Amino acid sequence: MGYDAKFRVWRGDENGGELEDFTVEVNEGEVVLDIIHRLQATQTPDLAVRWNCKAGKCGSCSAEVNGRPRLLCMTRMSTFQPDELVTVTPMRTFPVIRDLVTDVSFNYQKAREIPSFTPPDDLKPGDYRMKQVDVERSQEFRKCIECFLCQNTCHVVRDHDENKEAFAGPRFLMRIAELEMHPLDVADRRDLAQDEQGLGFCNITKCCTEVCPEHIAITDNALIPLKERVADRKYDPLVWLGNKLFRR
Amino acid sequence: MPEVERHKYDVVVIGAGGAGLRAVIEAREHGLSVAVVCKSLFGKAHTVMAEGGCAASMGNANEKDSWQTHFKDTMRGGKFLNNWRMAELHAQEAPDRVWELETYGALFDRTADGRISQRNFGGHTYPRLAHVGDRTGLEIIRTMQQKIVSLQQEDFAESGDYESRIKVFAECTITELLKDGDRISGAFGYWRESGKFILFETPAVVLATGGIGKSYKVTSNSWEYTGDGHALALRAGATLINMEFLQFHPTGMVWPPSVKGILVTEGVRGDGGVLKNTEGKRFMFEYIPTVFKGQYAETETEADQWLKDNDSARRTPDLLPRDEVARAINSEVKEGRGTEHGGVYLDIASRLPAEEIRRRLPSMYHQFKELADVDITKEPMEVGPTCHYVMGGIEVAPDTGAATVPGLFAAGECSGGMHGSNRLGGNSLSDLLVFGRRAGLGAATYVEGLPARPAVSDADVDRAARDAVAPFDPPADGAGENPYTLHTDLQQAMNDLVGIIRKDHELHQAIERLAELRQRFAGVQVEGHRQFNPGWHLALDLRNMLLVSDCVAQAALLRTESRGGHTRDDFPGMDPVWRNKLLVCSIDPAEAAQAVPSVRVTPEDQTPMREDLLALFDLSELEKYYNPAELATHPSGSVSATEGEA
Repeated sequence: MGYDAKFRVWRGDENGGELEDFTVEVNEGEVVLDIIHRLQATQTPDLAVRWNCKAGKCGSCSAEVNGRPRLLCMTRMSTFQPDELVTVTPMRTFPVIRDLVTDVSFNYQKAREIPSFTPPDDLKPGDYRMKQVDVERSQEFRKCIECFLCQNTCHVVRDHDENKEAFAGPRFLMRIAELEMHPLDVADRRDLAQDEQGLGFCNITKCCTEVCPEHIAITDNALIPLKERVADRKYDPLVWLGNKLFRR
Repeated sequence: MPEVERHKYDVVVIGAGGAGLRAVIEAREHGLSVAVVCKSLFGKAHTVMAEGGCAASMGNANEKDSWQTHFKDTMRGGKFLNNWRMAELHAQEAPDRVWELETYGALFDRTADGRISQRNFGGHTYPRLAHVGDRTGLEIIRTMQQKIVSLQQEDFAESGDYESRIKVFAECTITELLKDGDRISGAFGYWRESGKFILFETPAVVLATGGIGKSYKVTSNSWEYTGDGHALALRAGATLINMEFLQFHPTGMVWPPSVKGILVTEGVRGDGGVLKNTEGKRFMFEYIPTVFKGQYAETETEADQWLKDNDSARRTPDLLPRDEVARAINSEVKEGRGTEHGGVYLDIASRLPAEEIRRRLPSMYHQFKELADVDITKEPMEVGPTCHYVMGGIEVAPDTGAATVPGLFAAGECSGGMHGSNRLGGNSLSDLLVFGRRAGLGAATYVEGLPARPAVSDADVDRAARDAVAPFDPPADGAGENPYTLHTDLQQAMNDLVGIIRKDHELHQAIERLAELRQRFAGVQVEGHRQFNPGWHLALDLRNMLLVSDCVAQAALLRTESRGGHTRDDFPGMDPVWRNKLLVCSIDPAEAAQAVPSVRVTPEDQTPMREDLLALFDLSELEKYYNPAELATHPSGSVSATEGEA
């Protein structure tokens, strides 16, 4: 059942660091996070890792396993051969704080730049009526656990810090799509998506969808429809003429 | 004087789960400045783990539902030990709190006519739980997180600073509450990232730190659940009640070992899933306790009819309150009818079409598929009890959430009273909303009425700083204790000796074991430095776990009866004499400065239930719980008058 696995874990801080090798026990049914915890308990008590629910619901333990963005708690050891070297590194897109822990404050800043849900003025609590089929579109996006793996993998910012200011990333463009598709929201965020949050940077390579642990179809169901809504407005001849004539 | 970052706020909320966030919103709506401090990143709190739903008698699924029925269900679930005023406020206000979430942008599942859909759950007479598939907690925490962002946007529009009124201090741990005389004056802690100290000067602290499950080996709780609020309150001079009552959720995963304890939502049973033993028998029909006789279906046909239409049959015993179901599973396994991994089967595969299961229970499908290699649309799940929720907590005034220390407030799981001896599923999310708001309001009102702000003393700050770094000092004698080993030993002791079924000699043993662990804790030593050092963080959390575990063990020893989340092997029955008794935990003020002070537990009487509330129940039902003398004021007259009633 149990065996000794070869682990390679990145250790360091903002000033740099290196990969360190460990040999560590693995038992049946364990996930990578269990092994990291065993390292803490037996070999490296100060190894820093962020985690919380250990059930794939909170999105805290995001990192890269053999180069792939993953939740450590949902990566089963049985997906590796016993003699396979398992390399665990922090998310590359965000600055390292220590070991596997990164500074994800970028995401919280972007969240603040998106105008919140705006219900009609005269709608009272308790009077909200929506069809299941209509709420389902936004509900899919609200499954997001904010693990930020999509933000981490997106090539627009992954090795391009310079794009971070002008680009909200898949998670927050999806948030815009979610609000735009909310059956009772009355605000319009289409110009914001294109002009301020960098929707145009996205060239729908679907990397975000691929790494999403919640299996949200980010590209197909959020980003592409949002692009269509933006295009509808931006290239509508009447809107264009109106803008020319009345200079919004 | 150590280097300490200082902040001044009107209100400091500790904990950013549902209760904490709702308190923040309320205090901010009163125009106050609020800091919210949490050990994790913002939005990761344990509320995300709540799956099934939020109970509120909106009457969308069955018009007959009302707050009175919800109130009665809650009292029955708690075996009449609940603080009845809290249960009343909770039942009355829950619908408004849920509807309010829609104005913040929440998207609950809908009924055919577009209202909020409601699902069945254990102990609730009618389908009552507002839900979003099986990820309701995530929806609620995200909704409130986004509401806070929208309030920050309003503040930004006004002042140019997002954080002018609400600031989130994420990955920050509070280690001590400070007082000026008998009043709260501040909170001291450290940044997890840098290890640097931080001080909040504030007249009001709202504790919303959740539960204590991390003292147990098998638990559905995350690492954050180390009883911080419970311990902070005790050390500040407040009292805890009902600490002997722990909820072991009947359905946690049992296999593989690394996921043992992870929750399987009660929604599985609410949507038709049934419990079976290895003989294939639906065993819950054998376990309907006397107090619930007549309220539950007695045949499989009737139970299945109820699922289709809950007006024409009695409810399935698979949905008895959680304490009953957990004990039943425990007995089945003990009598040799459990699975090889020590659980029983929970079968939804044979009850619903695969597509329907994936639609209604997406995260359960996902969880079993990814963590256990089990396809729940084809095979039954293996489940067993897991430490899930502490009914006990800080003793508070029902209307304001005020603890016994002026300036200290509490809400949510870390407060006590609302759920009595056992919480109904779905009553936790509604509890967070109702009492989170009330505690925020209570704190705001308290601050607005203060003539002068209390002051923080330098000596207190020095002492708090010294205590926080004590685990780095080598012990006076012998080798240092490893905090991880100490934690494992604590979890084992609590699991083995203060678990789901308790015995007198084991509880004595537990108390001795805890005393030894406290001794060993004095020699705890951590390696490395203060920057993001999990060993150090654990050492500081252990202090709280040890204190709170002692409360649980001592109270469990004193309560010589079985009720709700407290089962004594040697006292198997419910005793009406104990119904009215609260066990109140406090510490000797003289020992408050010790790392882990010793606990004293004293019995106190509850306030008798208001007459109009008592009258909501049939006398024949109350007689199962109460002493005849307590029922003298019941409108249907003397006890003997109703003899012969069903």
